[in-house]
Amino acid sequence: MSDLHTELKKSIIEQLNLEDMEVSDIENDEHLFGDGLGLDSIDALELIVLLEKDYGIKLTDPNQGKEIFNSVNTIADFIEKNRAK
Amino acid sequence: MSRVYINGISSISPQPERVFEGLEPHVSKENILHAVDLNYKSVIKPIMLRRMSKAVKMSLYCSKMALKDANVQIPDAILVGTGQGCMQDTEKFMGNMLDSEEGLLSPTSFIQSTHNTVGGQIALDLNCTGHNLTFTQNSVSFESALIDTQLQFEDPDVENILVGGVDETSEKFTGFQTLDGQIKKEKIRNINLYNSNTPGTIISESAAFFTLGSEKKSTSYAEFIDVGIFNSIDVSDISSKIQKFLKRNGVSFEDIDVVILGRNGDHRFDKYYDEIQNGIFSGKSQLGFKHMVGENNAVSSYAFWMGAKILKEKKIPENFKLNTLNCDVPQKILIYNQYLGRNHGFILLQSL
Repeated sequence: MSDLHTELKKSIIEQLNLEDMEVSDIENDEHLFGDGLGLDSIDALELIVLLEKDYGIKLTDPNQGKEIFNSVNTIADFIEKNRAK
Repeated sequence: MSRVYINGISSISPQPERVFEGLEPHVSKENILHAVDLNYKSVIKPIMLRRMSKAVKMSLYCSKMALKDANVQIPDAILVGTGQGCMQDTEKFMGNMLDSEEGLLSPTSFIQSTHNTVGGQIALDLNCTGHNLTFTQNSVSFESALIDTQLQFEDPDVENILVGGVDETSEKFTGFQTLDGQIKKEKIRNINLYNSNTPGTIISESAAFFTLGSEKKSTSYAEFIDVGIFNSIDVSDISSKIQKFLKRNGVSFEDIDVVILGRNGDHRFDKYYDEIQNGIFSGKSQLGFKHMVGENNAVSSYAFWMGAKILKEKKIPENFKLNTLNCDVPQKILIYNQYLGRNHGFILLQSL
């Protein structure tokens, strides 16, 4: 697991108040929404803010979200390609 | 309006529920009392619980318990009284706003900061699409929700209503209350509150919810007769206002067996209670509750919970007595509460 994956998981747990969860509880390819981790639309908003705040990435097309926030792997890929900080 | 019965009750306060049965009360040396923490995870999904402030947690827990107590799945309406709403989240997002210099904000605390978050979260959890209103009227917030309850029961199709009161403490807001003289400057043990002769009181958080129904059940607690609100009353008029309220219900002050009073140890305003304790209700069993559970804008809902229990169990709880008079078979209870000499609320309950 890369540093970015671990960092992302820590941020997700902290930002989304996923109490009782550890970094090791989230698989890199696990679905974050729906049947996977069970996140919802408010969490999606939190993730958008997280991307902008921590990595300087502003999502301009909301339709991208579904693809980007599919799993920790997809978020990490997107950050690697687009990060401004 | 159909007759209204209290069919389910639940409360969370700084005291364990068994303090009513005589359990030694929790004694705090602080002037801000926090509600006891219950096992919220036993009734609320962890994925939902993670975002909830204390007010939402307490309210949802009590709502589910009160509905279960009455064996009701989904009520026809949800009515919530709260003076301060979700103050913890309000402070959180305003703090974030300052920290980020009005930059990027976390949306959750903003979304959850409104007063009607409580009613909304209860409705979401229960999947209840019925009438849903939140009343914010200082210390008569719960009483205001009760007035809407009466109005809702004018509709013959309405069978069950979930109604409750909730308020939570938060760091900044209680700081303002201290500056404003609402909280006592000197540290005081809650059980000594009534011996105090200084301004201010002890502030707390609590929630109490009820399933009120048009149908009397074998398990019903009591009957809710009436509620009255007066924004302003002179001390010299308090007895006549109470008598007028009772009279509109065909009741005399002599018919009242127990009065539950919102005395809070603030010597500036407890004179309202002195007036009736030494006057029209001098020969009646008098109870207080704020030396146990503190003061907040929705704490009269805790008195409603006490009244319902007293009428069902036919027992006057020792921990709450303000005088030595007892009553073996309480039939009628009057709850009287005010805060800072304003917003006076009367509630009349009757045994079944």
